[in-house]
Amino acid sequence: MKKFKKIIVKLCVALYAAIFLIVSILPFYLMLINSVKSSRDYGRNGFFSMPQELKLSNYVKVFEDGIFSYFKNSLIVTVVSLAILLFVALCASYAFSRMKLKWTNTLFMLVVACMSISLHVALIPIYLLTRDVGLYDTLAGLVGPYVAFNLPITIFILTNFMREIPVELEEAAKIDGCGHIRLFSTIIVPLSKAGIVTVSIYDAIAMWNEFSFALVLTQSPESRTLPLALWNYRGQYSSNVPMLFAVLFISVIPMILAFAFGQDKLIKGMMAGAVKG
Amino acid sequence: MQTKRTRLNPNIIAALFLLPAFIFIAIFIIYPIFDVAHLSTLEWNGISPDKEFVGLSNWKQMLHDTHFWSAAGHNIFIAVFSILIQMPLALSLAFMLDRLGRKTNILKIIYYFPSLFSTTAVGLLFAFIYNPRNGIITTISKLLGGKTIDVLGNPSLSLIAVFSVICWTAIPYYMIFFLAALSGLPMEIYEASIIDGANLRQYFFSVALPMLKNSIKTACTLSLIGSLKYFDLIWIMTEGGPNYSSDLMATYMYRTTFRSRQMGYGATIAAGMFIIITLFTFVFQYLINRNTEEV
Repeated sequence: MKKFKKIIVKLCVALYAAIFLIVSILPFYLMLINSVKSSRDYGRNGFFSMPQELKLSNYVKVFEDGIFSYFKNSLIVTVVSLAILLFVALCASYAFSRMKLKWTNTLFMLVVACMSISLHVALIPIYLLTRDVGLYDTLAGLVGPYVAFNLPITIFILTNFMREIPVELEEAAKIDGCGHIRLFSTIIVPLSKAGIVTVSIYDAIAMWNEFSFALVLTQSPESRTLPLALWNYRGQYSSNVPMLFAVLFISVIPMILAFAFGQDKLIKGMMAGAVKG
Repeated sequence: MQTKRTRLNPNIIAALFLLPAFIFIAIFIIYPIFDVAHLSTLEWNGISPDKEFVGLSNWKQMLHDTHFWSAAGHNIFIAVFSILIQMPLALSLAFMLDRLGRKTNILKIIYYFPSLFSTTAVGLLFAFIYNPRNGIITTISKLLGGKTIDVLGNPSLSLIAVFSVICWTAIPYYMIFFLAALSGLPMEIYEASIIDGANLRQYFFSVALPMLKNSIKTACTLSLIGSLKYFDLIWIMTEGGPNYSSDLMATYMYRTTFRSRQMGYGATIAAGMFIIITLFTFVFQYLINRNTEEV
């Protein structure tokens, strides 16, 4: 009887695991099979049938239609914002973690408080500001908000990371006549490499996928990023749905690659973001 | 005694290091909060040079705006059910993966798939999965002899439909979060409780769960804040519709500001959102930390 119960429990666990397996993978599978259908095939046989023939021309067409320029826009915004963000955050974290002054603690509390502020509260003022300084509908207009809204969490993580670096190293360097700039650039920053990698992954993903600011601050295809392009494609390909799935698939490739090559670091980066509460 | 270089006042050096960060924070976070308060006292379409000062009338309008309060209600619906549904599922999956050990690494990777998609991709994908013509719900309904069902176009179903998608992307995230916390528990504790005769269920409820209390609190707080400011997925899938049935505070704010061109009232909604999120976060933090005097 006891053995019987054990088998039932095991079956239930297996069933539970299997259901979640299907739920997790089914949408992805649907995306893949529909992206290689012809639009006639899709129209006639619907969403769930296997493709009648493998049609890779959807992918070719998507590239011909210029998805590459959106990719480029996303890449530029992400790389430039990340570079500025890291520099600014590293400087601030150095002051917060290595220079023990009373007033910087108060400022650090302010940074922590900024972490829970929703970007939608700032959306209208930033839209007006961006328009007034003439950066509306430019890639440059996205950089400021992207840096600013990722700063608090990045500073928070890097400061905690730098606090772990032993003081002895710093003191030895100071005795050797090392100034703050050299101490910062030749000792503290290189020793923070692991922390920098973690926040970089977290921030890069957030910026790559960012939707709200890109929606409000850009308008023309020349300055729209990938998430917005996907959204535009919905209208453009409404008569050719398989094309849309090809676009979707292309857009998740970078994330799949990132996951395949840096699974552990990616998860660590996401976890680092979880302290955001 | 000191060299010339180190004689610089440390306060000035610290200020120089902090300056760039605070320029960004001042312009894009601090200033907007004051500006949103200022804009909320105006009647303005965002373009014309004449802005009319209307005092608190926007705020009065918001207090009586049923659309705003129903949107806030939807946010709270999402917050409550996110915690009630996502947390237990994520915890149980994490516990299962933790107990099954390394040989189920592939399962972990596949379970994590939904979190790899960008919100835009998820939103578009599910708009098709839900589509009334040949989507999954219609297909199932037809198999059972029913008729076409337009989930996203039906006011009584749209919020639940979108909420299911939120769960689909959020559960893997919290699963990994709990998995990381579980693997941080010392192996000896598990071994000791099994030697003491505990079965897996007892270990989970009486040993592991209490030890994960802080992780669960963090996850619940994250989920609450996230639920109150939700925007992307809803905007992509339904734009808050049909007829306000899946509207959230952020989507209502966006539509008022950028579609109806009411800058002043939009700013009031944004400010209201700010107050509600802050209030809920504080109350929630107080409630979950009330009974625990941690040292």
